[in-house]
Amino acid sequence: MPGTLAAQPIPDTGPAGGLGRDPLLRVEAITVRFGALQALSAVSVDVHRGEIVAIIGPNGAGKTTLLNVISGFYHPQQGRIVYEGKDRTHLKPFDVAALGIARTFQNVALFKGMTVLDNIMTGRLLKMRGHFLLDALYWGPAKRQELEHRAAAERVIDFLEIQAIRKTPAGRLPYGLQKRVELARALAAEPQLLLLDEPMAGMNVEEKEDMSRFILDVHDEFGTTIVLIEHDMSVVMDISDRVVALDYGRKIADGSPDAVRKDQVVIDAYLGVAHD
Amino acid sequence: MIYRETGQFKSSYASDQAIFPIVQDRIFVLLAVAAAFVVPPLAADEYWLQAVLIPLLIYALAALGLNLLTGYAGQISLGTGGFMAVGAYSAFKITTAFPWLNIIVVFLLSGLIAALVGLVFGIPSLRVKGFYLAVATLAAQFFLIWLFNKVGWFVNYAPSGTITAPARNVLGVMVTGPQSSAWARYVVALGLLAVFALVAKNLVRGRIGRSWMAIRDRDIAAEIIGVRPLRTKLLAFGISSFYCGMAGAEFVFLYLGSAETLAFDLNLSFLVLFMVIIGGLGSILGSFLGAAFIVLIPIFLTNVPHLAGLAMPVALQKQIELMVFGALIIFFLIVEPHGLARLWQITKEKLRLWPFPH
Amino acid sequence: MIELLRAVLVAPFADMAGSPAFLVEVLIGGIVAGLMYSLVALGFVLIFKASGVFNFAQGVMVLFAALTLVGLMEKGVPVPIALALTVVVMIALAFAIERAVLRPLVNQEPIILFMATIGLNFFLEGFGEMVWGANVKKLDIGIPDTSFIVRGVQMNRLELTAALTAAVLVAILAVLFQRTRVGRALRAVADDHEAALSIGIPLKTIWVVVWSVAGLVALVAGIMWGAKSGVQFSLSLIALKSLPVLILGGFTSVPGAIAGGLIIGVGEKLGEVYWGPLVGGAIENWFAYVLALAFLLVRPQGLFGEKIIERV
Repeated sequence: MPGTLAAQPIPDTGPAGGLGRDPLLRVEAITVRFGALQALSAVSVDVHRGEIVAIIGPNGAGKTTLLNVISGFYHPQQGRIVYEGKDRTHLKPFDVAALGIARTFQNVALFKGMTVLDNIMTGRLLKMRGHFLLDALYWGPAKRQELEHRAAAERVIDFLEIQAIRKTPAGRLPYGLQKRVELARALAAEPQLLLLDEPMAGMNVEEKEDMSRFILDVHDEFGTTIVLIEHDMSVVMDISDRVVALDYGRKIADGSPDAVRKDQVVIDAYLGVAHD
Repeated sequence: MIYRETGQFKSSYASDQAIFPIVQDRIFVLLAVAAAFVVPPLAADEYWLQAVLIPLLIYALAALGLNLLTGYAGQISLGTGGFMAVGAYSAFKITTAFPWLNIIVVFLLSGLIAALVGLVFGIPSLRVKGFYLAVATLAAQFFLIWLFNKVGWFVNYAPSGTITAPARNVLGVMVTGPQSSAWARYVVALGLLAVFALVAKNLVRGRIGRSWMAIRDRDIAAEIIGVRPLRTKLLAFGISSFYCGMAGAEFVFLYLGSAETLAFDLNLSFLVLFMVIIGGLGSILGSFLGAAFIVLIPIFLTNVPHLAGLAMPVALQKQIELMVFGALIIFFLIVEPHGLARLWQITKEKLRLWPFPH
Repeated sequence: MIELLRAVLVAPFADMAGSPAFLVEVLIGGIVAGLMYSLVALGFVLIFKASGVFNFAQGVMVLFAALTLVGLMEKGVPVPIALALTVVVMIALAFAIERAVLRPLVNQEPIILFMATIGLNFFLEGFGEMVWGANVKKLDIGIPDTSFIVRGVQMNRLELTAALTAAVLVAILAVLFQRTRVGRALRAVADDHEAALSIGIPLKTIWVVVWSVAGLVALVAGIMWGAKSGVQFSLSLIALKSLPVLILGGFTSVPGAIAGGLIIGVGEKLGEVYWGPLVGGAIENWFAYVLALAFLLVRPQGLFGEKIIERV
């Protein structure tokens, strides 16, 4: 039914993920090169339904590149992206979005010229039918659809507690609120898979707590599968079911937060190792 | 503020999303539109109708079209003159071939033809952005003008190379041709503008407008959210060219009477672009304000020195016009890149708080 | 249908082969025109490389420079002094533009700056016409507009001088950009105004320098074009044609401006002479643009431009 963010039961995913079902998203041996630069080398990750997977790694490790490949923005030279059992490697970004994959961006890609409400409404675009002539008259089915989606957007606005700023132009918001609005826009699409690129970058402690709470709420209430890139280890420990660590375009760890935290290879990558 | 806006709370999304949510605004605008239909035909003299109001309405329509493409969808176009020419020449061919066809229908059809041409010239916009797109639209501008110059079929092989609006009437009233009266032409232009301004506003506040603005603001992010760039951009080119084509047809049929390709050259493209910049990119109201501004400046420049007792030669006046246009563009871009529309918004907000400063 | 294909695909080449001396003349004409386009395009590239501004008014600056020179000469000022004065005027213009247009618009989006230069275009057009009058002026720089024959091919002394000057100027500017410290500073400024400011690059000075140099380039272009076709307003339209040159060559490449100019110049001439008659002539009006457009569709960054890798 359009316009309802219906609750789904939360599957019981353990630290290793999955009830033995096929993973929702399977990243298979993805290799991405930009000229001479090897951004990703044979990276494989499985993401199961209902999991929260955190991707960590030093800057330049290829984390955003990985999300961009999943989004269809980059196409890998080698490897496959399998979503819901089908090969989606060479889809265009708008087709990937149509599969129910939504995301936020590292550098807040809000539409600065539009209000918060309009930004969130763009998240509903894929669910809107085209009635061109009726759109031009703002009448009948076109108007009804517009109001339905307005109601859906308002539910997201309530959920993320941003009612007060709904008519503010997005460009005028402080950074923390912009990030929240971006999350709202992604949620408005009612995604199955949510890709968050550093959702807490540049936030203070309080804002991070709020954002963590929202992310967990999204997961608990709607059962959304979440993949997030995050630098703050305490956040990663708190909210993720599984952690994948990248370094120089390679996967160097994949497991429960505790296990990855103690993994020597990961520690070396972050802190650097003295070479003799 | 002049009237009290407080206390008007919206209890439905529908009322919140109305074009004029405040009741007094709505009443005011409806009255203004009604007055616009009634007052000038009765009260204004021939000069004002012919030299100011009619071109204003026509330029506003063209500015509206360009604003949809450049202001809302973010695709720079310097081909406006060319698309207006398509409309004008199509209208000429259609009405000379089918004289019985109602001229309003002819205008609409010529808009459609211009829309198709716009779609074709919009195809590069998927590969090409920004300044490159501007240069690509120049290709459209120069090519189209050359086409209408070279191919005699478009002017029905008239040796003078001009097209002349034949006399046509609507409901018994002459609206084109030498017998038509200014007020009739005014009413037709106003009617078409009112209808299509409403259409534009509806497009812009809904699904289509949002996908345009998304492409304008962050085209890559827009694509990742699900906006289909080619479709969205082509739609913008098509609709914008429809408006410009109709405006072009009206330009010849309701204003100039007859024209040659010179009337649609690059200067026209710039002129309409100026209207859109000065009026406000991404604003329906801005299109009107910009058109009014640009139409009134030459009038102002003609009459002010006259009133002050100075005689200014025509050539000098043209030169000053150019300088004033250029300087104003720069001025607006520095002071208020969002144009007169934003200045109006700011004025309203200040009036709301008056006499308090903030 | 076959006739049409023959006329488009076969006959023009047959014509070319039929009289090679004429072909060489057309080619030379194309090269000369191309070098002149390159010269104007260079002014664009300079400004774009150094300030990130797409200077739509470059063509009008060419016109303005030529107008000033001719205007002074008509008033009886001797040529060397007139030249010096014009140089001063162009530098003063650069100062004025920096102060009135560029400084207030620092770090605005490129589209805003582009539109500001359109405004500048109009302003200078009106101003130039107001000060110097609107009639066509003859510009005589002492080089005769005479033709001579070399090995059966007709060449024009004035055109050759113009081409040579253009080539020399282009070479000087290329070296200036690639090799010197100033060139590096300019490239930094083009990349990011505020960043350049923050590391101590004197933005205002750089801009004045660059726009002055661009003004001088415009002056040379104006002299060459003006001597050939008289100083008149169609000059700015010709200059507009350097836009397709920029598209072909990329906006930031000096060799690109040269290559682009030559391709457009030769392509246009060949097109007009051999294919033009098929469609009634005057395709020079739009051929360059369509050529550039076709190129863009295949290679959006032009021949020499940098491939834009978009990041999200």
